[in-house]
Order: sequence, then structure tokens, then C-alpha cells
Amino acid sequence: MTLPSVAMAERVAAPERGVAEEIPVVIQARDLRKSYGDREALRGVSLAAGRGELVAVIGPNGAGKTTFLSILAGIQRPDGGEVSLSASEIGWVPQQAAVYNKLTVEENLRLFARLEKCADVNDTVQRMLDLTGLRDRADDQVGKLSGGNRQRVNIAVGLLGEQQVLLLDEPSAALDPRQRERVWEFILSLAESGTTVVYSTHNIQEAERHAQRVLVLADGELIFTGSPRELEETVERGSGGQADFEAAFVAFLRQNGH
Amino acid sequence: MRWLLQKDLKILLRSPSLVALLVLYPVIIATLIGFALSRGPDKPQVAVANLVPDSARQVQLGGQEIDLTKEAAPLFNAVDAVNVDSEEAAVKKVRDGEVLAAIVIPEDTTRKLAAGLEPAGIEVFYNAEDPVKAQYVRDVIKSQVQDANNALTERLAKAAVEYLDLIGVGGQFEIFGRELNVLGLQRSQEILEEAKADLPKNSPARAQIDEVIAFAQVARDNLGLSDDVLASVGTPISVKQTKLNGGSTPLSSFAVAIAVTVSLMFITLLLAAGTLALEREENAFLRLVRGLVSRTGLLLEKAALAAVCSAVVSLAMLLGLSLFVELDYGRFGYWVLAVVVGALAFAALGLAVGALTKEVRAASLLCVMLSLPLTFLALVPSGSVSPFLFDVVRAISAAFPFKPALSALDSALNDNGDIGLHLLHLMGLFLAFGAISRLALRRFAG
Repeated sequence: MTLPSVAMAERVAAPERGVAEEIPVVIQARDLRKSYGDREALRGVSLAAGRGELVAVIGPNGAGKTTFLSILAGIQRPDGGEVSLSASEIGWVPQQAAVYNKLTVEENLRLFARLEKCADVNDTVQRMLDLTGLRDRADDQVGKLSGGNRQRVNIAVGLLGEQQVLLLDEPSAALDPRQRERVWEFILSLAESGTTVVYSTHNIQEAERHAQRVLVLADGELIFTGSPRELEETVERGSGGQADFEAAFVAFLRQNGH
Repeated sequence: MRWLLQKDLKILLRSPSLVALLVLYPVIIATLIGFALSRGPDKPQVAVANLVPDSARQVQLGGQEIDLTKEAAPLFNAVDAVNVDSEEAAVKKVRDGEVLAAIVIPEDTTRKLAAGLEPAGIEVFYNAEDPVKAQYVRDVIKSQVQDANNALTERLAKAAVEYLDLIGVGGQFEIFGRELNVLGLQRSQEILEEAKADLPKNSPARAQIDEVIAFAQVARDNLGLSDDVLASVGTPISVKQTKLNGGSTPLSSFAVAIAVTVSLMFITLLLAAGTLALEREENAFLRLVRGLVSRTGLLLEKAALAAVCSAVVSLAMLLGLSLFVELDYGRFGYWVLAVVVGALAFAALGLAVGALTKEVRAASLLCVMLSLPLTFLALVPSGSVSPFLFDVVRAISAAFPFKPALSALDSALNDNGDIGLHLLHLMGLFLAFGAISRLALRRFAG
């Protein structure tokens, strides 16, 4: 089901705020298919993402975003298609914080670092505390943290394995604007340090603001892949007028019969 | 697995109410059961008016002096007697609620007993306002009067046999202070035989003497049977008890086995189901099984945690109960074996419950809902329901760990039955429920 990493030593054009550059592909998914009974949740969706790239997966409810990310993360098996990396080579951050509320921030990081078989558990935990900016809350039980800080711990746990790719399922859902901002600062810092980040979101502004590339899914089908600006341009060409990203996204869906 | 165990123990220790429950539960249950087993029911206070004068408390029967106070002792064994002087005083104490009941022994009791023409009666007064108390008093007094009756009947029958022996073989007999010589049938027959020998051969008196001799012979022969007849009148129904099935477990030890098995079941089920459901409630399950730990490894870790914690608590309970009930410490190894294997079987059942639920509360509720009927079914005695229904009950009980765990612990505590068979049964259930929980995790937990 997976391809060895060497088999996808390709390069991908990664549009970064209007400047196209070629970067090495880190994760590749080909022709992923998944059905639940008679309903096709994914219909041949493919993806290739390069090092340090931020890819947003957007689409209406029931489009197949969570199924797509679950298959990339190795939680679900696809009915068809393949992913170039195994689950252990991908960091995964579920939508709901998957950490233990009764353990402290440090205990959570230490537990998962041990389970990830990190070479130097202490060093990894200290780095993560610095990275999350939660050093002063290290001894606080996670259940007593704010939603934003809990999500930062959740993301930090996803990073413990030091994988090159991080998948985030709705990372800022249910957070207030201030907490959301702090989480995004954290995610952007990861991408800047070379981690490939693939995230799903319902928040169109978040996709426009942070993603270098968006994948638009509808009814399990990949109907667009490109930069947010490219999506706007596609809609503008079709309608003849200017549109912001959210309007362009809605119009694009409508143009494609969704 | 070591780190997961450590994590679960930390979480347990940070749940003070759960820890308090785990520590206090065995202490409270052991103490309560211990007190219940070591203390019999309190004797009811009963007023006793013994109106028989001191001079008449002994009667002469069959040349023997019977002390009625001694013979009536069983009547007062089961009550806390409050002596009063009159029937009125006894009745007043009952009316005032100072005693549960009153027993009045009339003045003519010994006279009636000595005469043997009519039964000596005693009177019992009690309040029937509380049906339970009234029934209790009735049962206690009825049972004790029966014991006293039996003792007296035996003495009277013995006296009657002695009278009959006197008639048969003759001897000395004392009445009103005078010593009498009773001829007896045997001696009468001998005298008649001698008299007959002195008569002429053709004397018509010979035939009459032969009739009297024949009567004396028949009377002696039949009086010879009277011993057995009177003995059976004294004890018309004797009870011979033969045990067909089951061991020789004392009731108190069996109560200990039940108490410990119920505790073992509750603690193990709740811990196993709760800790597994917690992984899903905290959303950590999928993160763990993405490669950090296998599903089977996770199940084994939860089973080990639940089994070890509940086994420690149960063994502590057994040691606590041993302060009240005599338990054989020489069989401690068997206690540990029964408790640990029972805990593993319960843990596997708990894991199956935990795998089906996503929340700790739902898992706990399901465990309680499952435990209570299983306990009830396992304690249904044979004969209390129809044979078909009992077979169904037995089959259900065998499919869950409570009954075999109880049998194993009973065997371990009381050297009763084949413990190996019960342990094998429990291991089979551990494997079966383990497989079910593994399948349930795959089916219901992503």
C-alpha cells in the first residue's frame, strides 16, 4: 500500500505567494479510493507535497476531507490507491486533543516520546516545551489548560516522532481568535523549519492566509489543486468579475455542480 | 507497555475518589461482613414467670427424680430471660414494650407432668404489631418448646420402660416413701409352674393354671417389645442426613468467598472497562494504535493493570476477613491463584465492555448492569426453579466468569472441589472474552 520514499524523489512546483519554485516531494498519495457501503467517500484523490509546504484541504461538509487525512495518517485503509509513507513516518494531529487530561504537559510529552522511542527523551521533551512556549506550564495538568494551549500540546505530541510530514485535522476548530492565532504561529514556525504540513479546515480565510496550496474536495472528488490565488483567477476567468477567496471558493463549487 | 502502565497508574492516583473507593471498599466490606459473620443475632428479651413453687420443681417418674428446671433449660437458651413473679407482671412488660414476649409456666405444671394424664401447658404472650418480630418470637419459642418437649418425652419414655420392666421381671419399687416388692410376670409364671406340678394329674385346675401361665408368657413376650415401641414414641421421627453433592464449606467461609468474588468482579470490570474507554474518551486510542502500541498490547496492558489492582484489593479483603472468620493460611497460594486467574477472566470481560463503549461513564454503567444479574443467576440454588430453567441459568453462569471464579475461590479457601477445573474454565473465558474485545476494538474503534 505504501511506496518507498526513494520511489518518489520527484519535485513539485510549490507556488509560494506568487513565486513558483521547485521543491523535493516528501509525501505522495496516488489515486486514493474509499467507500462506505454504497457511498464513495473518496474517488481517486492524489497529492504530492514538498518539504516545508503548507497544503490546505478544503471542501463542503461530507466532501471526504477527514477520510483523506485519515488514510494519509494510516488510520484507515484505502480501498484503492497508495501513500508513499507509512503511518510511522507521518506525524498526525487529530481534531480533538488526543492527550491525557490528568497528566501534566511534561508527562504527556514524556509518555509519547517514550512510546515514539525517541533517542533522547529528556532533550526531546525540553525542545517541545520550548517550541510550544509552554515551559512555564510544564507542570500543569493538560485538563487545566485553555483550549489553545491544549491544542499546542496536541500538535507537539504529533511532532515528537520528528517526522517530515505533519497532518492536522481542523487544527483551529473550536478555538477563539486569539488562541487560533497562537496555534497558527506555531504551525507556521514548523513549516519554516522544513516540516511539510497538510491540514484540513472549514475556515476558508485560514486556507487563503496560510496555505501555499489548496486541495478542494467535493463529494469525494479532487476538483482543484493550486494556490489560493489560482483558485480566484479560475473563478474570475469564468465569471468575468473579481472575487475574494471565500466568494471564489463558493462560486467554484457552484460552477462545478456542488 | 511499561510506560502505559505507569501512565494509567498515575491517572488512577490522580483520581482521589476512585482511589478512595479502591482502598475503602475492601476495608468497609470486610469489616461489615466480618461483624455479620462473627456476631449471631441478639437474643430477644422475654419475660419469664415461673409460678411452680420451688418445692415442686422436682417430680418422681419411674423411680427417678426429674429436675424440671434442668429439663426446661433449652426453652431459655435462645432468649434473654427477664424473670418476673407473676403472670400480670409478665404481661405488663410485654404491653409496655420492655420485652418482646412473656412465657408463663403455671403452678400446676409439675403436678400434671407427674400425673401424666394431661399435658402440662405453658402460656406465651407477645405483641403482633410488628409482623416480623411476632414471627421471630413465634418461631424461636416454638422451636425451643419442641426441644424441651423432646427432652421430657425421652425422660418419660425411659421411666415408662422401667415400670414395664418391673411388671415383667419384678423387683423393688418405692412409692410414698415405702419400699414395695413387685412380683413380676416372670416370677408369677415360675410360681404357677411349681403350683401346677403339685396338683394331681387329672385335676381340672391344671388346665386353668396352664391358661394363666400362657397369659404370663405372652404378656412378658409383648412387654419385651415395649422398650422399642416407647423409644420410637419418644422420638417418632429421627433424621438421618446424607450429603449427595457439594463440599463441606462452612456458611461463613462461603459468605467470604461470595463477598470477595463480588468485589473482585466489580473492581476488575470497572478498571478494565474504564481504562480502555478512557483511551477513547481522551481521543488517545487512535494515536496509540497508529504504531506506538498494538491493539493486542493495549488490551494486555489494561488487563494486567485491572487484574493486579483488583487482586491486591481482594487479597487484602481476604486477610481482613480472616480476622473474623477462620481461614486456612496454608492454602494462601491457592487464594492467590484463584484471585489472579479470576481477575484475568473478569478483566477480559471488562475489556469487551470497554471496547464497545466510547465513554468511561457508559462503560461503568454497562459493567454494573452486567454484574448484578450475573451475580444473582450464579447464586440461584438448584430446585428453586424448574429443571429446564435451572439448566439455562447454569449455562448463562458458565458463560461468564462470576460462577467459576466463586467456585475457584471456594475451592481455594475450603479445599472444596477441583480448583484446577475452575481455573481452566476461567482461563478459557479469559481467552474467549479477550478475543471478543480484540474483535470489538477492530470493529468499533477505528
